[in-house]
Amino acid sequence: MKYLCLVYMEEQKLHAVPDRECVACGEGLRNGGQLIAAEALQPIETATTVRVRNGKVSVTDGPFAETKEQLAGFYLIEARDLNDAIQVAAKIPPAREGSVEVRPVRELAP
Amino acid sequence: MAVAASDRVQETINDLYAAESRRVLATLIRLLGDFDAAEEAMHEAFRAALEQWPRDGVPVNPRAWLVSAGRFKAIDSRRRLARFDGLDAVNDAALAVDDTAAWADPETLEDDRLRLIFTCCHPALSSDAQVALTLREVCGLTTEEIAQAFVMPAPTLAQRIVRAKGKIRDAKIPYEVPERADLPARLDSVLRVIYLVFNEGYAASSGASVTRHDLSAEAIRVGRLLVELLPEPDAMGLLALMLLHDSRRAARMNAAGDLILLNDQDRSTWDRGQIAEGTRLVERALAPQPPGPERSRGAGPYAIQAAIAAVHAEAPSGAATDWDEIVGLYDVLMRAGASPVVELNRAVAVAMRDGPAAGLPLVDAILGRGDLVDYRLAHAARADLCRRLGRAADARASYQRALALTKQEPERRFLERRLREIGGSQITGDRR
Repeated sequence: MKYLCLVYMEEQKLHAVPDRECVACGEGLRNGGQLIAAEALQPIETATTVRVRNGKVSVTDGPFAETKEQLAGFYLIEARDLNDAIQVAAKIPPAREGSVEVRPVRELAP
Repeated sequence: MAVAASDRVQETINDLYAAESRRVLATLIRLLGDFDAAEEAMHEAFRAALEQWPRDGVPVNPRAWLVSAGRFKAIDSRRRLARFDGLDAVNDAALAVDDTAAWADPETLEDDRLRLIFTCCHPALSSDAQVALTLREVCGLTTEEIAQAFVMPAPTLAQRIVRAKGKIRDAKIPYEVPERADLPARLDSVLRVIYLVFNEGYAASSGASVTRHDLSAEAIRVGRLLVELLPEPDAMGLLALMLLHDSRRAARMNAAGDLILLNDQDRSTWDRGQIAEGTRLVERALAPQPPGPERSRGAGPYAIQAAIAAVHAEAPSGAATDWDEIVGLYDVLMRAGASPVVELNRAVAVAMRDGPAAGLPLVDAILGRGDLVDYRLAHAARADLCRRLGRAADARASYQRALALTKQEPERRFLERRLREIGGSQITGDRR
């Protein structure tokens, strides 16, 4: 089963976790066969939101940036079940500073 | 005569339903991997028993028969569905393998009940959902009964349960007993749910009656089951705590439904059987643990609170209570995990040991920090200390604050009675 681990952090803490730790975490998961993909993201000011309403594309600056924590990166992992996914999420270094949202991936109907 | 025999069989089945339906369900959830399918299969199995047993006799091992029947009913209904959908019944093979050993082994069957408890109390579910699901699946209460106990509309509660089951399925919360390393944290979550249910029954946070005993009784039942299946000191501590509190149930209210404080209770009405069982459990929970790698946790908070309740239970009267021991136990509790509520209780115990003048500054310090300013019992405690010190005006102000915060009818009547006693007829207070 696939889970997406979304890493949320406060902006000023984005660099609180050294990159090399995150790289090591990704490599560990890859070696264990659990990593499908992982990336860190640029800060939220660089974000653009796209919506299509009544066939018209609307482009706006950022998401609703009221929340203190922003999406800082993600890990797409393969895990046996939620408990297994929680164990992986707990090892993601930014979990110490921010939070990691674990979401099961929904298989799209063909 | 045949009628009498079939009546007896029917009675047997009714008894079995009460005693075994949760066990059968717990095993079917494991075998079928789905709560709803398991529940349907369980009911189908009991229905089949009602048809077949009067004719064929009661099987030697009724529970195994029910599990087996439920499993085959589920396979049948999946095959039917598969035919309608025009799809192959992929899961059939896995289901149809007749690995009797996998589900008839007594240890696995006992584990199923633990699996059910740990899954219903999984921390990935909301606290409300954990409580609702535990009462529904572990205790077998109906959705209507749970809704009534929590004073909420049945559809709201039903939806809560549906969502929780949906999350178990879609996020794939596994149906398993946690491994040793995860056990303490996961057990905490189970204990918290049981204690929440107990307290909702023992000191209902709203509504006309202070005790909704059914909930307390269910909590004690699950607590007992947990101790039986997993005799961890924390589980024993919680069961002891619930039993010792529940032993005073009859004494907590008079015939008119008014609250009676601990010191004024008729101790002859305390349930001695529950006290004896609770006290034995406290002693077991607090006994030194055999040395082992995992068991490094000291006495848990439930066991310490139970020890406090046991000291009260042993005392012939409020005045003859060993308050020194109680203050000491609160000190231990503070070290295990300080919280403003624990500190408040300790302050009250100090006031009982050393007099109200010693307790009041402690209560004022807690309120002064801004902690518990919206906690009715903190103001009620302060009011009581002021009253005993003859500071009527301060007492009145605090009783009024407590009164404004309470949602319980018996508590409201108690506080109003106290206000009348100290001669505060102008209950209006100052309204600026």
